[in-house]
Amino acid sequence: MPEGILCNKKTIDTKEQLDAILADASGNQYYEEMNHLDIDKVALWTTIRKTFKSRFKTWLEICAHCGLCAESCYYYLANNRDPKQVPSYKIKTTLGELIRRKGDVSNAFMQMCMDTAFAKCSCCTRCGVYCPFGIDMGIMFSYLRGLLFSQGFTPWEMKIGSGMHRIYRAQMDVTTEDWVETCEWMEEEWEDDYPGLKIPIDKENADIMYTLNAREPKHYPQDIAEAAVLFHLAGENWTAPSEGWEATSLTMFAGDWPACKMQVENVYAAMKRLKPKRVVGTECGHAYRATVIEGPYWAGIKTGQPPVENLHYVEWVAEVLRTGKLKIDPAKKIKEPVTFQDSCNYVRNAGLADIPREIMSYIAEDFREMKPNREHNFCCGGGGGLNGIGRYREERNIGFKVKRDQILATGAKLVVSPCHNCWDAIRDMEEIYHMGIKWTFLKPLLIDMVEVPEHLKPKEE
Amino acid sequence: MYQFVTGPLLWLSFAIFFIGCIVRIICYIRGLDWQADRVAYTTHFSYGIKGAIRSIAFWLFPFGTRSWRNNPVFTVVFFVFHIGLLVTPVFLLAHNIILKERWGFSLWTIPESVADVLAVGVIIAAVFLILRRIALSEVRILTTTYDFLVLAIAVAPFVTGFIAHHIASDYKFWVIVHVICGEIMLIAIPFTKLSHFVLFFMSRAQLGMDYGIKRGGMKGKGFAW
Repeated sequence: MPEGILCNKKTIDTKEQLDAILADASGNQYYEEMNHLDIDKVALWTTIRKTFKSRFKTWLEICAHCGLCAESCYYYLANNRDPKQVPSYKIKTTLGELIRRKGDVSNAFMQMCMDTAFAKCSCCTRCGVYCPFGIDMGIMFSYLRGLLFSQGFTPWEMKIGSGMHRIYRAQMDVTTEDWVETCEWMEEEWEDDYPGLKIPIDKENADIMYTLNAREPKHYPQDIAEAAVLFHLAGENWTAPSEGWEATSLTMFAGDWPACKMQVENVYAAMKRLKPKRVVGTECGHAYRATVIEGPYWAGIKTGQPPVENLHYVEWVAEVLRTGKLKIDPAKKIKEPVTFQDSCNYVRNAGLADIPREIMSYIAEDFREMKPNREHNFCCGGGGGLNGIGRYREERNIGFKVKRDQILATGAKLVVSPCHNCWDAIRDMEEIYHMGIKWTFLKPLLIDMVEVPEHLKPKEE
Repeated sequence: MYQFVTGPLLWLSFAIFFIGCIVRIICYIRGLDWQADRVAYTTHFSYGIKGAIRSIAFWLFPFGTRSWRNNPVFTVVFFVFHIGLLVTPVFLLAHNIILKERWGFSLWTIPESVADVLAVGVIIAAVFLILRRIALSEVRILTTTYDFLVLAIAVAPFVTGFIAHHIASDYKFWVIVHVICGEIMLIAIPFTKLSHFVLFFMSRAQLGMDYGIKRGGMKGKGFAW
């Protein structure tokens, strides 16, 4: 069977296709079909010839096999220093071999590549920082994921994620109506406590346009309310778009390159339509990376910049605390030891390392750094889409050990984690390893800590 | 024979070496693609250059980066090896005498004792690198015969030069072997992994530009290598 019904080289572009693959519990049929999937070797090699250029070529060619990348990789450390987890080995035996064989590879080889690209690398790009040649294997694994996706070799959840973005322009099936209704609902729920609270949709020329992660309307609508409350208390003139509100991109993790472009252009269209002064994205690492860092290139913008200046949520928080638009009640500062989880996507890969430290200096009395930290921090263990993939649960949970030990070594009982992926990873880590810690986004912390200006307090009856 | 290997063959080797290196650099740059690499190389050239210089400079200094500091023994050996590899042949008195004879100019030279120390340093470092390849499982799994071959090509001129100068009774024979080994190395540079002689700078500059332009360089204060 060259092409499966669910597992094939076609992209998911209709609701029927999406429903069919969703109906396949845990992807059992999907993965069974993958065992018989043929490889279009000509197409694969053609794609490689068009996209495999001097950067990758040189990286694979000059690797001196020195092994300095080994200890940079949390998978290597978490798996008892298994040499098969050395980043250079992983990329050499997958992408390197694929190139050497000019795309003439077997189904089993492609599945091995998929398992390596997803369960042995979360594309955290830490190895590139430790390689004397600057060989960034995380970037190469992202590229490999793209080649695999084009041939139908992608984890079930990634295929679904790509389909979601193609159909809903969101990583989950949240329609425009669902989204707008959720905003209205949250506004009603919370306006008793915060009189005058509004979630203004599609307001043009606002100072801030807010973008977020589909899981917020889908699973954590209170997160939207909290964002609204904080904008409200800070006196911001803000809005959220009815279309183009979703800033994440599972297509980036999946390697569905054409859909990366579709997704980000949808967000950029909202920026152009509503003409805000700035855009603030929610507490999500990969949403920022997809929309702000990589997105402009997918959209073909030569400056490499999104149409409007974009801030990560931490940048906005630091700004309003710095300028006093939001004031922390000194009595409510965090007293217990607290640490901060640096997200690979906006710290190592976007240079925002100073910002969280500034925030912690305003809100915490006993802030403790993980070691290593900032640009050198380890991935939470759930990055690169791994949190969402059932097939690799066990590998992910082993990988968690590095972050677990890092957190425990700080002695902190609370981890501030302004990234959905890190937040999920730490939650699952606690469930598995019983570390006795709590974890939180910034929004709920701030809601409890900020001083509400007199005129915004609810009137006593 | 001596005249031939230090005459036409030397010319040829240098020609291949220089042209080869230049071609490698040109091919590298031509193969960069702002959209595929997702780095706006030309639009933000000044940020890019700043990032590139940082990315190269920190790595050129022993213990200049986190990776060097985490591996102190390797770092020392690495720098002993590379400094000896570059400094000895260029500033060796004997080489500069030939240079003066053949091309009419010479460079500043180092005392012979210093040259000996550097050369022995290269050889000892090479032995360490070989042992490291065998001893450490994370290096062993990566190692191929090609890695040993490349190392041999790089070290052979030092071993043979040292033998010719200090050990051998048959100086003429060993010096010819030494020259040929040196020429093999020169020719091998553009065609093998030794191309990192130039591609190290290209690759580091590229990642430096990536960090300098896209991954935070325009917002942060430069990547903490």
